[in-house]
Amino acid sequence: MPTASGQRDMRTRLADSAAADSAKGWAAAHARCLLESLGRLSRRWIASALTILVIGIALALPSGLFVVVKNMDRLAGQWHQSVQISVYLDNDLAPEAGQQLADDLRDDKRVDKTQFVSAEQGLDEFKKASGFGAALDALGNNPLPGVIQVTPRANLAPAAVGELVAALGQRDTVAKASLDQAWLRRLTAILDLLSRASWVIGLLLSAAVVFIVGNTIRLDIENRRQEIEVMKLLGASDAFIRRPFLYSGLWYGLLGAFVALLVLGVCRLALGGSLATLVSSYDGALAIQGLGASGVLWLILAGLGLGWVGCVITVNRELAAIEPR
Amino acid sequence: MTEIVAFDNVVKRYPGGKLALDRVSLSLARGEMAFLTGHSGAGKSTLMKLIGLIERPTRGRVVINGTDLARVSRRQVPRYRQRVGLIFQNYNLLFDRTVFDNVALPLVIRGQAHRDITRRVRAALDTVGLLSHEKKFPITLSGGEQQRVGIARAVVNRPHLLLADEPTGNLDPELSADIMRLFTRLNETGTSIMIATHDIDLVEAMRYRRIVLDHGHLEQA
Ligand SMILES: Nc1ncnc2c1ncn2[C@@H]1O[C@H](COP(=O)(O)OP(=O)(O)OP(=O)(O)O)[C@@H](O)[C@H]1O
Ligand SMILES: [Mg+2]
Repeated sequence: MPTASGQRDMRTRLADSAAADSAKGWAAAHARCLLESLGRLSRRWIASALTILVIGIALALPSGLFVVVKNMDRLAGQWHQSVQISVYLDNDLAPEAGQQLADDLRDDKRVDKTQFVSAEQGLDEFKKASGFGAALDALGNNPLPGVIQVTPRANLAPAAVGELVAALGQRDTVAKASLDQAWLRRLTAILDLLSRASWVIGLLLSAAVVFIVGNTIRLDIENRRQEIEVMKLLGASDAFIRRPFLYSGLWYGLLGAFVALLVLGVCRLALGGSLATLVSSYDGALAIQGLGASGVLWLILAGLGLGWVGCVITVNRELAAIEPR
Repeated sequence: MTEIVAFDNVVKRYPGGKLALDRVSLSLARGEMAFLTGHSGAGKSTLMKLIGLIERPTRGRVVINGTDLARVSRRQVPRYRQRVGLIFQNYNLLFDRTVFDNVALPLVIRGQAHRDITRRVRAALDTVGLLSHEKKFPITLSGGEQQRVGIARAVVNRPHLLLADEPTGNLDPELSADIMRLFTRLNETGTSIMIATHDIDLVEAMRYRRIVLDHGHLEQA
């Protein structure tokens, strides 16, 4: 039978070897815990899958909206560049003078191209396009003025385009210069609104993700109350008990982000046909852009972060309430 | 310091007013094994809970292995509990883990290396005679076997002190005698043990000190 002091020596030695192993043990414990928490998720896989699905949809919505806004923005930019100013000339201006003005206007730094359409050309085109040929012939004289189509330089700011229109309108031989830009301005405003909405929706749904994860973890803790009590009796620290739950939170967030990517991918496939038609009508100059690598990374980070936060705000409060009796 | 447990005028009054322990002073020598007996409600479990820091005394001092428990803060409780082996009547095993994993739990909690865990869990299971059952789940074991798993879990950390609250409460006399013999063997290797029990016959058949509680008072033997 060992003496009391012999026992103590043995315990000290064990404690020393435990300290030497502790660094390796710590890493191994974390790795084991990471896998174990995944195992826990899979054991109650229906509940986990539902949580992950809801998180995925909550993350996919603002991300999808973000992608739509981003693409619409580029589309609107393209439309801005294809804008044309119609400069209506005085009715009595000779076609030669109209052509001369068109050539002169090309010297303006803000102008890219000009094209003179004489009254006769305009009438011919209109007859062809409208089918009202006979009616117009009956009218006798040509009601249309000569027009110069002015294309502003690409990347000219909308305000500068506005100034250009005003300047053209004030010229002597010009009756009116107009730019039907109102719809474009409206579109820009709508896009701005959508972009803000995607942030607000993103924030609200982020809060939803935090609560979903928190609630799932709370139920998980409730189900493991007895196990947690036993662990506390065996000397488990709060950090030790918390760890698998925090990892569960990370898993929920990560898997939720993957589901969101999947949802976005499916949406893109589903809309792919109509997108392709739209794109081809722009000579392929406008390829639809997805989230992009950085977007995917952000989505995953957001999932992880929200899962973590949802867990942290729940776990401490719930675990403190469980004490062995 | 020869005492592993020392109670000095300990009073425990539960919230609600129930006086569970009244000015109890007692001690357990290092390496000693003793039985704690008394009627139902006498305060046996309360005494055990004070040692396990599951409850705190209302007055008086509890010193375990030289540590005044009043000085163990809430944060330090886990570390303290790692050095005390607790055994309960209702085993408190985790039913979704194998016997091996149940016994390994205290070592995992302490962050021991995998290699050590395997070795020490096997040794503990060998001590209680359940080495061949390590891959089974607790639900497939008999009551006596489950209690032995609980004992293996309590001793795997080589605690200074082993506390058992009615470890044979649910077992038939033969299994109870088995469990008691196991405690005797553990005591012979140097572990201090305190066992709370109703089982007077069993206690009287063994030649160990009896600590008797009566309505929260210590009865002088
Ligand atoms: N958490 C508690 N709150 C209030 N009163 C309690 C609490 N725990 C125990 N008691 C009371 O304290 C007294 C002592 O209880 P304790 O559990 O220590 O008795 P015991 O000797 O272990 O009894 P038994 O042999 O039935 O297990 C009892 O009267 C009990 O009702
Ligand atoms: Mg009791």
